[in-house]
Amino acid sequence: MTLHSHIRPAPLRVAITGGTSGLGLALLRALRRGGAKVAFVARTPGAVAAVAAETGATGIVADVASKHDIHPIALQVNAALGGLDVLINNASDLGPTPLALLADTDCEDLERALATNLVGPFRLTKALLGALAASAREGRGAVVVNISSDAAVSPYETWGAYGASKAGLKHLSAIWDVELADEGVRVLSIDPGDMDTPLHAAAIPGADPSQLKRPETAAEEIIAAIRAVLPARAPARAGAP
Amino acid sequence: MTPAVEPVQRPPGARLLVVGADGALRHARRSDWPHELAPGDLVVANDAATLPASLTGVHEPTGAGLEARLAARRTLGPGDVTFTAVLFGAGDYRTPTERRRPPPAAQPGDALTFGPLTACIQAVLEHPRLVRLTFEGEPAAVWAGIAAHGAPVQYAYMAPRLALWDVWTPIAGPPVAFEPPSAGFALDWAGLRELRWQGVDFATLTHAAGLSSTGDPALDARLPLPEAYRIPASTVAAVASARARGGRVIAVGTTVTRALEHAARRGWLPAGEGLADQRLGPGTPLRIVDAILSGAHEPGSSHYELLGAFADPPVLRGADAALQHAGYRTHEFGDSVLVWRSASRGTRARRAA
Repeated sequence: MTLHSHIRPAPLRVAITGGTSGLGLALLRALRRGGAKVAFVARTPGAVAAVAAETGATGIVADVASKHDIHPIALQVNAALGGLDVLINNASDLGPTPLALLADTDCEDLERALATNLVGPFRLTKALLGALAASAREGRGAVVVNISSDAAVSPYETWGAYGASKAGLKHLSAIWDVELADEGVRVLSIDPGDMDTPLHAAAIPGADPSQLKRPETAAEEIIAAIRAVLPARAPARAGAP
Repeated sequence: MTPAVEPVQRPPGARLLVVGADGALRHARRSDWPHELAPGDLVVANDAATLPASLTGVHEPTGAGLEARLAARRTLGPGDVTFTAVLFGAGDYRTPTERRRPPPAAQPGDALTFGPLTACIQAVLEHPRLVRLTFEGEPAAVWAGIAAHGAPVQYAYMAPRLALWDVWTPIAGPPVAFEPPSAGFALDWAGLRELRWQGVDFATLTHAAGLSSTGDPALDARLPLPEAYRIPASTVAAVASARARGGRVIAVGTTVTRALEHAARRGWLPAGEGLADQRLGPGTPLRIVDAILSGAHEPGSSHYELLGAFADPPVLRGADAALQHAGYRTHEFGDSVLVWRSASRGTRARRAA
């Protein structure tokens, strides 16, 4: 323990899925700049290693859509961070690309969107809920952020797989937020808006990037929303467990 | 008694034998266990998640196959990748441990490889099958390797291969246990809500539950090995506040009992990390815990021995007969007992005086 450690706030412990591009990467960089301890999950080993080296965050190579990856992710998140205050379910699958009418959407594309955008966040939140609830009991607060979309609310043509999965996630968030209120765990659904990200480029290849929100702006807004529902960071006490 | 052989944490028919402070026995449905408590009581559970601590690999000097079961660690810190491990010859859980082939003779300095992991034997711990080993590489890569390559420790009575979701309790967090703190299988989030509605408080600690059996009598006699634990300041405060309002402390499992009573061995309960190296049994004073919710265990096991700290031998013999007679199922996924500290053991106040 250093002399001044008793006045340094305890760093926020955050896990992000899909941290190697777009909004996830912007969140990761902003959280690291703010002094948070971060672990992130993505599928491509090379991209994970590069982002880990750049940011000093712990990279976990795994697929949130795979049932068998969930507990290994939870194990590594807890080992890396020594607990968890914030989980951001950000990894998203667009469904068919190019986007397609529902009647032209392959069942497999719908299933993959549901696995990544709805069932994966459900499984990972459940596997990490013990750590989140422990953080709440210890007075640190606990928040799950599920990244949503206006496609969760509005019936945009050709956004059927994505929109249905995000609508499910939005309602899952709302119910879980009510059920976990007494545990001190908040579950937020946040729509970051249309951003200049690889996902948006895959959905609407011709979009003018200058008309889109920067992911860095959306990241700052999301972090502000997280901080708004967390208790003020209690100062870490010297010798505290 | 017969072991439970399906990995279902909360079977609808799970039963609970309640052993009262007066020695009276009563059967209940385990899902009703919150109703055994009173407003003001405090339940303390172990939030350790279970590592996939069984690693299949190769003894590099001889090329012989082996299984290492990680069994203990001196601390809970993620940076500590030195473990005590029990070695077995090639094979897996389907062979009862007492019939497993011996492992290759391991010497300090030997390399062991387990899939993506490499470990070096630091010492042989007064028994050819008990070693201290350190994994090579960055800790994050070591945990990733264990997560990818390991399997939960299991025993021959349980035929289906266990997955991590079978052995993590609903409240599991820090991945530090080597076998599940299985008394916590009785917990679910609806039960925790039920406790709250009844005015019962809930707190957790983290205790690195170790191996329960090795199949070797000399090694089994050394169990449980010293187990690292951490008690949060909020849990210490919850115990103090339960005391202040006259509430009782109910430990979910032997690991919680071991951690709380080890931490309080000097008469007061500090927060922080410790290494529980005591054995609990008849004659051990209980300074914190008033009751234990535990699995149904057979006489002779260290779990059963620990119940002797709560109740007198005639009461435990009676409880054992009742479990037998009613066909309770044993082991991790079996039925449960709730044992209140015998009134004859005196009050905490008298002991503290």
